[in-house]
Amino acid sequence: MIGPLLVLATAAVGLHLSQRLRSGAQTWVSPICVAAVLFALWDLACEVSETRIFPTPLDSWHAFWEIVESERLWGDVVASLFRVTWGFLLAAGIGIPLGLVVGWSTRAFWSLNPIIQGLRPISPIAWIPIAILWFGIGDGAGIFLIFLASFFPVTVGTTSAVQNISLVHQRSAMNFGVSGIDLFRRVVLPAALPQIITSLRIALGVAWLVIVAAEMVGMDSGLGYLINDARNAGSRYDLVVATMIVIGVIGIVLDLLIRRLEHFDEVRWGYVKR
Amino acid sequence: MTERRPKVVFEGLSKSFPQKSGVRLSVLEDVDLTVEEGELICLLGPSGCGKSTLLNIAGGFEAPTSGSVSIDGVKVDAPHPRRVFVFQEFGIFPWASVWDNVVLGIRALPGEQQTEIAQGVIDLVGLTGFERTYPMALSGGMKQRVEVARALAVSPDVIYMDEPFGALDSLTRLTMRSELIRIWEERRPTILFVTHDVDEAVQLAERVVVFSARPGRIAGEVPIDLPHPRDLGSPEYGSVKNRLYELLGVSHLI
Ligand SMILES: Nc1ncnc2c1ncn2[C@@H]1O[C@H](COP(=O)(O)OP(=O)(O)O)[C@@H](O)[C@H]1O
Ligand SMILES: [Mg+2]
Repeated sequence: MIGPLLVLATAAVGLHLSQRLRSGAQTWVSPICVAAVLFALWDLACEVSETRIFPTPLDSWHAFWEIVESERLWGDVVASLFRVTWGFLLAAGIGIPLGLVVGWSTRAFWSLNPIIQGLRPISPIAWIPIAILWFGIGDGAGIFLIFLASFFPVTVGTTSAVQNISLVHQRSAMNFGVSGIDLFRRVVLPAALPQIITSLRIALGVAWLVIVAAEMVGMDSGLGYLINDARNAGSRYDLVVATMIVIGVIGIVLDLLIRRLEHFDEVRWGYVKR
Repeated sequence: MTERRPKVVFEGLSKSFPQKSGVRLSVLEDVDLTVEEGELICLLGPSGCGKSTLLNIAGGFEAPTSGSVSIDGVKVDAPHPRRVFVFQEFGIFPWASVWDNVVLGIRALPGEQQTEIAQGVIDLVGLTGFERTYPMALSGGMKQRVEVARALAVSPDVIYMDEPFGALDSLTRLTMRSELIRIWEERRPTILFVTHDVDEAVQLAERVVVFSARPGRIAGEVPIDLPHPRDLGSPEYGSVKNRLYELLGVSHLI
């Protein structure tokens, strides 16, 4: 009981003192203190409820090292990332060009948009039986599901990005006789790029959510499978929680990586408030 | 003044827009106007009187409801790469550097020639050293200079300017006006300059055409046959301004 209470008290004091820090240091210190508070409360709740099944933070930490050392974790991390990477790249490779065309051409919009809008609300999870039917249990089904999960955000985001190109820029292009492929390369694509990147970011987030669910139901490797396996093989909830935290951390890293795209000079204009 | 050729000719130009109510909104009515080659003409009128619409029609972006605009005797029906628009809102591309914006209209020329022309117009508008900068990092006045440079790069024979300095602070606006005069005197393109600012018209124009409130009709025109730089405090300008305010139907004595 003493341990978590001590942490709680220290974190509270730290949080209070951090108000006096420079804003740069504050952005580090405050969230660490808040995290410490949450961990302490978690630990307290375990002690007070005298649970036998639910792991304490320390149990989860040990479980984390267990899967690291057994080399089980890396295989599953790689399996999940492999499916997400290929499904996502495939979705971007098809979704961006398709979105550009559907956004630019009214005819393409009228003929394709209803189909896209009709398929979009179907959760990728609902596709799992069909994915397994077509591709069997394995990477093929995973990649297909991630493709579905990311394809719609990318396509719809790109379409609306193109439709939002400002009239002044369209007229500038017309005025200087920019047309055909040149128009796409010099105006349509760069004008839409900031919003396309935002849609990629959303798509990657969704993909990471979906792969875990898909692996829990229809696959025999990956982080989702690891969670399911840990529960089935003797209710190892410490492994479940450890894996959940790994999933969260990888999700943050993926988002940070894709956000780097927002820093290029060619797209930065799209993210400043005007 | 020497005899000059007619350049841009508006004949019986009218424009109306359909509205939800079904009644068409008449924006311009029966505009007849001849702009001469190399002339700097200001189109002055209250907001909403159809100035931008007139310019958009002249630029080939919109079609008139009736009447026509012709340039060098040829009817305008589409934008033309050597008749360039300087937009009311910023029309340069924020995703391209100053240099890439400026070469937009001369992208088909051989590289050497491109470089020479682009550097020339960038120097002319005073942006030397900012070639690699992106518009986001430029002030409003500098962005507008980029737009002017982009227009000048194609050696335009007509420039349409739609309240180009409207979004700038008053000091920058004054500088931009004298820069415009300097550039115009050096290159002598025909300039149709739209504004709702009487002082701006008086400082710039060889001739001011005044439009009535919507539907826009020509209420009258005032020639200003005086050399630059102009002293706005002098009595001649007082009387020109009075005349313009009179045509606009407002009193400037408050
Ligand atoms: N595309 C359009 N559709 C309908 N109404 C328009 C359109 N463009 C302009 N108008 C209307 O025409 C009038 C004149 O507009 P505009 O030419 O922009 O005026 P100004 O530039 O003189 O302020 C305004 O009342 C405006 O609402
Ligand atoms: Mg206007």
